Amino acid sequence: MTTPAVYLAQDPTLADFGHDPWWISLIKVVAAFVFAVLATLLGVWFERRVVGFMQVRPGPNQVGPFGLLQTLADGLKMAFKEDILPKGADKVVYFFAPTISVICAVTALAVIPFGPMVSMFGHQTPLQVTDVSVAVLVILAASSMGIYGIVLGGWASGSTYPLLGGLRSSAQMISYEVAMGLSIVAVFMTAGTMSTSGIVAAQAGSDRSASLGGFEFFAPGWYAILLLPSFIIYFISAVGETNRAPFDLPEAESELVAGFMTEYSSLKFALFMLAEYVNMVTVSAVATTLFLGGWRAPWPISIWDGANSGWFGLIWFFAKVILLVFVFVWLRGTLPRLRYDQFMRLGWRVLLPINLVWILALAGIRVLQKENSDAVRWGIIGGALLVILLITLAWPDRRKQPPRPLQEQVNARPQGSFPLPPMDLVVPPSPRARRGVAQRQPANVGGGAPDVVDTTSTEEKED
Amino acid sequence: MTNIALAATVTTGEAVTFWILAPLALLGAIGMVVARNAVHSALWLVLTMLCLGVFYVVQAGPFIGMVQIIVYTGAIMMLFLFVLMLVGRDASDSLIETLRGQRVAAVLVGLGFAGLVGTLVARAVGDTTAVGLEAANQNGNVQGIAALLFTNYVFAFEATSALLITAAVGAMVLAHIHKPKSERLGQPETMRLRFRPGNYPAPKPGPGVYATSDSVATPGRLPDGTLTQRSVPEILPTRELSPRETAPKGTEK
Repeated sequence: MTTPAVYLAQDPTLADFGHDPWWISLIKVVAAFVFAVLATLLGVWFERRVVGFMQVRPGPNQVGPFGLLQTLADGLKMAFKEDILPKGADKVVYFFAPTISVICAVTALAVIPFGPMVSMFGHQTPLQVTDVSVAVLVILAASSMGIYGIVLGGWASGSTYPLLGGLRSSAQMISYEVAMGLSIVAVFMTAGTMSTSGIVAAQAGSDRSASLGGFEFFAPGWYAILLLPSFIIYFISAVGETNRAPFDLPEAESELVAGFMTEYSSLKFALFMLAEYVNMVTVSAVATTLFLGGWRAPWPISIWDGANSGWFGLIWFFAKVILLVFVFVWLRGTLPRLRYDQFMRLGWRVLLPINLVWILALAGIRVLQKENSDAVRWGIIGGALLVILLITLAWPDRRKQPPRPLQEQVNARPQGSFPLPPMDLVVPPSPRARRGVAQRQPANVGGGAPDVVDTTSTEEKED
Repeated sequence: MTNIALAATVTTGEAVTFWILAPLALLGAIGMVVARNAVHSALWLVLTMLCLGVFYVVQAGPFIGMVQIIVYTGAIMMLFLFVLMLVGRDASDSLIETLRGQRVAAVLVGLGFAGLVGTLVARAVGDTTAVGLEAANQNGNVQGIAALLFTNYVFAFEATSALLITAAVGAMVLAHIHKPKSERLGQPETMRLRFRPGNYPAPKPGPGVYATSDSVATPGRLPDGTLTQRSVPEILPTRELSPRETAPKGTEK
């Protein structure tokens, strides 16, 4: 998986950004926007087809080849529907809420690296709209501003279900943003940079290593393997952040009709849908960039030297994004919705502590790598093992006491308690069952003793 | 944004950004004060905070700018909105003046204060050219801040974080209603209480519905014909009918 030095030149650095002529910038911006819209169009189709496949039914297959144009037809129909403005709505906020959602969702795509340096009409330019030294924070900022769209949409509708949905979603997204931000911290610590192109470059090869007692340890390039807990927590919190099943509590149909978009119709509703799918694609793209090596080819392909050069990067990038979107759909097709308190408990009491402990451990490993003397290293490892041992020993025993025998429990009841049926009660055979058996009994032709009818077993058969 | 190091001189992009966003920031600030609806006020404040975030980025502090947007605009203002929405959307200020002329006085004093601060800042730093920005951002903005925070200002930083954690824990302690585990009733205990001697475990009988009355204050009748007071809610005041009410109305014949 080592990348030859020749192709490292393909890696854009921060200095490569900001030198494009205006029309190349315009092309990149428009391309990113078109990608967002196309991803929604195809994403809805993809989701419906995949869910259909999982439920053994065809899914949309009438409009266009394989039903590809179904979303377009649905979108056109939606645009021509009546745009309802509820009487109790706050008109200005009601109008702006969906646009805030969409703008924030699309903005995050600006710092996603789609590929390496390419030649575009004779200009060497990175396949990324722009990159800044705090690019990942830009993504976080966009997602935290995107909550406003949902919350304001819910509030401005002036009705109860949307308000509840909006409040739920704000609590949910803020909680899961904490877990998400912490899992990204591990990436920052390992990569040493917050710029997305820099993080992709840092995942290029397995050159990081640690030596312990004469052994050399090589770490894999992808952070999904190197920082597996962070990747898992990032993905779980990404599902929570995008309000997708099984965490789609803000729009839980069975409880809140459609959550924050109950009152929305026509194009405004379409904008919310657009924002949701763009968000799904964005978090998939961010996961690809931060954990799956970005536009770099996966291992067996990366042996071929040309795989990471030029426009090929787009193929690997989109393949990884589609794979992650498939996982989103798969989750939706498989898991039932969580209850709200279970969901919050998962976020605050499971994901967050695991993340904190993992970051602490990672910091320890980083210190270990920098230490030169073996004695200090063994000291740190021994200390860590000691802490783990102490925690294991002090862990509270949660085994339950064996329940007392039934008769003892009955005897312990105070005088005058509610009457209980006798403990040795045997249910008498049902007269109906006996009649049924008698009707079905063959006539005793031989004149011998009739078989003893086992009423309990025939009762079971009746059932 | 890429030439952060050169930001000491005002570039065209910086000037354009400033002149677009500065009026917006002011508009947001004024709107926050003027808006009648509390949620609208919060939204105007969000606008101002967003503009401030962009200003920080333009002023070669991308990290602090982004943190401003994520923490202040994204989290803190969201909690504000959360509370305002739960309070209710019609909770606008009352327009009755309790102090006569305080509005005019407030505007005048506010303008005076703004003028004073503006003059102060302008005279203090108006002629100064900022130096040392390149040196500060030499190893990158984030790394520069981290190096300062964890070397020169590490005690101040740790003390502040301890203070914040104390405040958060204090808020939780104040809001937390402590219930020892022995007082918390589980399902088996609840059921045992329900079936304990002297407690009637079944639902209470409904109030009586008769031809003469269907009031909830009318006691229901048990199977043996006796009235049961259990069917009458305890909060209902017992009310005797006046003789005039009990007297025949003259409608029967």
